[in-house]
Amino acid sequence: MDINTIWYALIAVLFIGYFFLEGFDFGVGILLPIVAKDDTERRIVINTVGPFWDANEVWLITAGGAMFAAFPDWYATLFSGFYLPLFLILVALIVRAVGFEFRGKIADARWRRAADSAIVLGSALPAFLWGVAITNLVRGVPIGADMQFQGNLLTLLNPFSLLGGLVSISVFALHGALFLNLRADEVVAERSRLLALRLWWPSAVVLLAFFLFSYTQTDLFSRSGLVPGTLPVLAMITFVASTVLARLRWNGWAFATTGLTIVLATVVAFEGLYPRVMPSSLGKSFDLTVYNASSSPLTLRVMLIVAIVFVPIVLAYQGYSYWVFRRRVTRRSIPGS
Amino acid sequence: MDPLILARWQFGVTTAYHYIFVPLTIGLGLIVAIMQSFHYRTGNDMYDRMARFWGKLFVINFTLGVVTGIVQEFQFGMNWSEYSRFVGDIFGIPLAIEALMAFFLESTFLGIWLFGRDRLPKAVHLLSIWLVALGSLVSAIWILMANSWMQQPVGYTLVDGRARLSDPVAVFLNERLLVEAPHTILAALTTGGLFVLGISAWHLMRRHEREMHLRSAQIALVVVAVASLLTATSGHSQAQHTARTQPMKLAAMEALWNSEQPASFSLFASIDQKDGTSAREIKLPYLLSVLAYNNTTSEVKGIHELEAEDVAKYGPGNYIPPVAVVYWSFRAMVGLGMLFILLSLTGLVLWWRGRLERRWFLRFAMVFLFLPYLANFAGWITTEMGRQPWVVQGLLRTASAVSPNVGAVELAVTFIGFTLLYGVLAVLDFYLLYRFARPVATVGQGQQDAGLGDVFAY
Repeated sequence: MDINTIWYALIAVLFIGYFFLEGFDFGVGILLPIVAKDDTERRIVINTVGPFWDANEVWLITAGGAMFAAFPDWYATLFSGFYLPLFLILVALIVRAVGFEFRGKIADARWRRAADSAIVLGSALPAFLWGVAITNLVRGVPIGADMQFQGNLLTLLNPFSLLGGLVSISVFALHGALFLNLRADEVVAERSRLLALRLWWPSAVVLLAFFLFSYTQTDLFSRSGLVPGTLPVLAMITFVASTVLARLRWNGWAFATTGLTIVLATVVAFEGLYPRVMPSSLGKSFDLTVYNASSSPLTLRVMLIVAIVFVPIVLAYQGYSYWVFRRRVTRRSIPGS
Repeated sequence: MDPLILARWQFGVTTAYHYIFVPLTIGLGLIVAIMQSFHYRTGNDMYDRMARFWGKLFVINFTLGVVTGIVQEFQFGMNWSEYSRFVGDIFGIPLAIEALMAFFLESTFLGIWLFGRDRLPKAVHLLSIWLVALGSLVSAIWILMANSWMQQPVGYTLVDGRARLSDPVAVFLNERLLVEAPHTILAALTTGGLFVLGISAWHLMRRHEREMHLRSAQIALVVVAVASLLTATSGHSQAQHTARTQPMKLAAMEALWNSEQPASFSLFASIDQKDGTSAREIKLPYLLSVLAYNNTTSEVKGIHELEAEDVAKYGPGNYIPPVAVVYWSFRAMVGLGMLFILLSLTGLVLWWRGRLERRWFLRFAMVFLFLPYLANFAGWITTEMGRQPWVVQGLLRTASAVSPNVGAVELAVTFIGFTLLYGVLAVLDFYLLYRFARPVATVGQGQQDAGLGDVFAY
């Protein structure tokens, strides 16, 4: 494996980590008004992700920084091309963070309702838009010989990508429900589990539709033939397993399987792209690849050393924080209830 | 409207706004860590209350620093894609390392610090706030390394019209970083110190929690006295470095149109950029030679001469930055910095005489809470506007750095969107800081809910 490929894999890992982790805190944010019936329950729900969501978001920032360093042309073309969706994602992430942080600071019903709306919208919008963005990335967008994106907002809002957005928002919601089932107070947890069982069906429908659609819309599977290969099938199996396990109340395993679905789906997307990082719909010769979009070998080597040293350290202390806050957030732990 | 103008305004507004929160995060983070250490060492509950009180304000500020920081990370690719392509090989390195080394550290341990108070051993809880403070410091160093490269590109070769890394060590130990990082970080500590001093003074005026706020004010005074003095000396080093590496910036800082030897420092000038002249000048002899070269004899080159050199080197064009802006922002920064030193020395003398609670001093301290923000802005405006028309000194012009495929409409949408959003956030931030900082004698029921303990969860 050459160093460009290693870097591509590392960036894939960062996005996988991001979607796995932020996936459940997006889901928790989206489901906030549904699974929580009073203010104390809403605070329980928010506190399940309280210590984590900010650090989860850093996976995205790191992915952005790593793209900038390792594949500047990918970073430049993608970010200037997917301009307005990224703007909306940024606005949503800001609004959401402020909702999380400032909600509990003032005990006023209207203030808290406003913060709740910020959290719900700020979670739902990016959960949807990331699906749109990744689908467009895999599907290919108009990129010219100068590596510049030539489309506009409507190019990105095609039916297939919108379907991709539905997939991501519904799977993240499911993932979030199963996380709440693990970490929320028993009452909220059970409600979330039942919700996960109900949410599974619409998710299954959009996922299946997306899967079938992708035969005509992308070269993900056509390149490998009719049988899609091991990873997509495995993604399907884990997705089916999640509802079975949730029904059996194997709660940890249920959460792990939706996580695996997200991981595998992201791997399928990145594997399908490779060696391209941004295929052009205007012609193969205009594709951005891990080679023509990359930094110099020296930069990649320097960054690889940094990554080898620091990624394990980061994983260790993030793991530690999940271990510290492994217990359920109970009613009693919410002050003033 | 010209997309370039919009992109520049957007960068200016979002970056300046982001920089409201950054210095306080750095300065206050360290101060809270110090306070909590006092509690750990002495077991005195006053220090615990103190660390919590300032910790709440720290968290409100930190939140906005984080969310506005994400915009910064994305903005290069969105609005400045040609810049990103040109510098990515080098500039991307510190940015990626910053996220990996610092952002993860800050955000993970802030979560642990906030939610782990009752769950962790005291030493681990203390360690977590120190790691948050360390994270923000490390973050500052990497992002300043990126900025330093724009001021003084090193360790690169130009290949196919792009900068390529040739010497990573040169980038990591950029001479510019060695003068820029201390100056910026010390200014951030000054900001944090004056913030604590100002709010403590407010409480002392009202005799609220007197013991705790007197001690807070004393801690802050020590921080400000040391940091503001060293900010000035490191600023002097940076000015000398600028004289060597960015003489045009230095000349603009002084509105020095024609070379002088020895050069005098300008106190006031009415600047005419079009004619390239200044009128009604008040000058202090020799002082600019001291500022630029640390002696009383050296020549400092003027704008016209440097312009001619640049034309010879880079071809026809306009290489003069907006002189009046650079000149006055430099003066604002230096003037304010001097006032900070004066205030802190006055405070130390009063403390020594046991008269720290003199009302006139407390009033001054309250006003000074707001001034470091102006000084920080002025400093950045000086160094960034002073580099124009270059975005990377001598290598890439700002006009060539903007995204070619992002139109004026898109830029206007995002510019207006961010500005409105940031405006609302500013109001919320100010309101919350005011609410949590103000001296209130008794805590009502509604407040207790959002009061001391509970603020460390959502």
